[in-house]
Amino acid sequence: MTVTLTEEQIDEIGTELDAIRNRVVADLGKADRDYLMKIVKWQRGLEVAGRGSLFLGFLPPFWLAGTGALALSKILDNMEIGHNVMHGQYDWMRDPGYNSRAFDWDTACPGDQWKHSHNYMHHTYTNILDKDRDIGYGILRMDESQKWNPYYLGNPVWAFLLMTFFQYGVALHDLETENILSGKRKMSENKELWKGIRRKIGRQTLKDYVLFPALTGPLFLSTLTANATANLIRNVWAYSIIFCGHFPSGVATFTEEACENESRGHWYVRQMLGSANIKGGKLFHIMSGNLSHQIEHHLFPDLPARRYPEIAGEVRAICEKYGLPYNTGRFSKQIGSTWSKIFRLALPSRPNPDAGPAITVVPTKVHAVA
Amino acid sequence: MVQLAPERSVRTASRRRLSPLSLFESLATPHGVDRYLELVNPMLTVRELRAEVTDVRHQTADSVTLTLRPTRQWKGFTAGQFVQVTVEIDGVRHTRCYSPACSQSRADGRIELTVKAHPEGLVSQYLNEHAKPGLVVGLSQADGTFTLPWVRPEKVLLVSGGSGITPVLSMLRTLCDEGYRGEVVFLHYAYTSHDVAYADELREIASQHSNVRVVLAYTTQQTGGDLHGFFGQEHLDATAPWFADAQTFLCGPPGLMKSVRKHYEAAGLSDRLHTEEFAPPALSVVDGEATGEITFGRSGKSAANTGTTLLEQAEGAGLTPEFGCRMGICFSCTAVKTSGCTRDLRTGALDADPDHEIQLCINVPVGDVALDI
Repeated sequence: MTVTLTEEQIDEIGTELDAIRNRVVADLGKADRDYLMKIVKWQRGLEVAGRGSLFLGFLPPFWLAGTGALALSKILDNMEIGHNVMHGQYDWMRDPGYNSRAFDWDTACPGDQWKHSHNYMHHTYTNILDKDRDIGYGILRMDESQKWNPYYLGNPVWAFLLMTFFQYGVALHDLETENILSGKRKMSENKELWKGIRRKIGRQTLKDYVLFPALTGPLFLSTLTANATANLIRNVWAYSIIFCGHFPSGVATFTEEACENESRGHWYVRQMLGSANIKGGKLFHIMSGNLSHQIEHHLFPDLPARRYPEIAGEVRAICEKYGLPYNTGRFSKQIGSTWSKIFRLALPSRPNPDAGPAITVVPTKVHAVA
Repeated sequence: MVQLAPERSVRTASRRRLSPLSLFESLATPHGVDRYLELVNPMLTVRELRAEVTDVRHQTADSVTLTLRPTRQWKGFTAGQFVQVTVEIDGVRHTRCYSPACSQSRADGRIELTVKAHPEGLVSQYLNEHAKPGLVVGLSQADGTFTLPWVRPEKVLLVSGGSGITPVLSMLRTLCDEGYRGEVVFLHYAYTSHDVAYADELREIASQHSNVRVVLAYTTQQTGGDLHGFFGQEHLDATAPWFADAQTFLCGPPGLMKSVRKHYEAAGLSDRLHTEEFAPPALSVVDGEATGEITFGRSGKSAANTGTTLLEQAEGAGLTPEFGCRMGICFSCTAVKTSGCTRDLRTGALDADPDHEIQLCINVPVGDVALDI
């Protein structure tokens, strides 16, 4: 899939999207804060209810309800709250409790490290091969242009393991193990990161697997299993939503050369071609942290995510106006497409030599003459 | 060079102590206990200092007097010091400095703030219109060096203008509470008699304390009061001819401050004059020309404003602040602007609030700016 645009059109797209952004920024206020606080209350409420129910975990309905509530709490904490707060979406509130510099989430990955690899590397260099480490996270083959080797025969296995232990996968992502193996990065560069990861994993483990189980006394094992299950549910859910963001078929990847000195408009177009949405109801959007609006999120990563649904129509209209694809589909379609890619790319394949770059820019002058 | 904070002491400070609180902290990680408690009752805090408004009264048409009950973390204040009060307006937190007006030895431990509504003042207007008992605000510990010496001077002259009355009133009330016997003159300037907050109370203090004289000077009203017009030698002669032997404490609008300072300088008495500024620095005008100086507080460097982004200017000055996207999306370069006005290149919005976090890569300075990098 390639799109052809003139420089002028790319600038127009930039102007139109900037206008949407400025309008939302000017409108930010109490309603956005109230929304975040409402989600926080739900999250904390579910957490307390979940942990509380596990004191009666010897009764199966309480164990199930407690585990479910805790899983929902962790999903809300990580996605609609943590991911979005740490993007700086709520920095304008100037509330130190919900500021991207200070916030940390209920998962193994230290917030400050994640912000580097995610907010900077992934959101700036979205889907640029060899720059965006989120293409396969350094362990999977998620694009034809990644050179095949026998290790990738295990692609589905590695993906399954990543899904199961997703929180630890995210935590270790910043260590750039693949770059250490290839000699691009030195072990010594990881010393400080390791310290932070160990500290965070230590605290999370103490909480979920020692203290809360111990507080329930004889139910130690029952509570520990419940907490592990809640973490597992969160892992599977977060993995699935995130993989639907950039890996369904039809999502474009880019080369470094094609993105050199790109304009703001070109950056916007790349974000739109490199992301995919998931259709769903209101609750689905909330539980996905509104990452079901990955396209809008990649255009405006610092706008409060609750605003994405309301601007999605306009973004889609811009795509249609300029003949750009707007990749969206039901969850089953997007996740199915992602898994089929994981299996397909386990086997050797080459990028289609006839496929041109994802974005072909026609210089305005040449276009005018033609 | 002095080595600060050796690693050993840092480690000792962060060593985990076994207490019920540390258990709760471990259970509430990574959010902290306060993030949970505030959802039940915002006044129930483990670490954060907050205060609840318990009383609201309007002494003049454009001012509000609030009584605040701080949470247990409050360490008290010394008369003349200020606190930072944080309120939430349309979802955004705003912080302003106010000097308590009450005695530092007030028995119930509450603090009293009098806030004048400035026409341009977002927070002061909000408090005037919306503060009600039960409102919970953020509070800082008291700060500031505008205080009476521990050994009380023999004579004290307190000069104030407009809403600058609060820190010196606190001094007056404190002196009265501790039975100070020396001579005190309280010289206060206001436009008219309607603009004097605490008029009744000042009268009462003067009538109960023979050593205290309250002098009200009106700058636009020609009748009533004790004096008229602006500060000058004749006002000093009429109220405190002994001012050269006294310690003078001054807080008021820039005009009054300037005039008193000049007077004391000319008399060679600058070391007996203690002052507190309370007017916010004027917002610089945006005229497209790059003016002013950028000060990088932590690294002790400064450079003339070149008009480019603060990130570029910091790098130009030889600093290496953390950065990422350089286009305003990743928040890697966020740093604290301690003072000055900046403009967001994307929205054109100006920001003149002190101690505010800004993204260096998309903000340009408008006049003098100080950054904590």
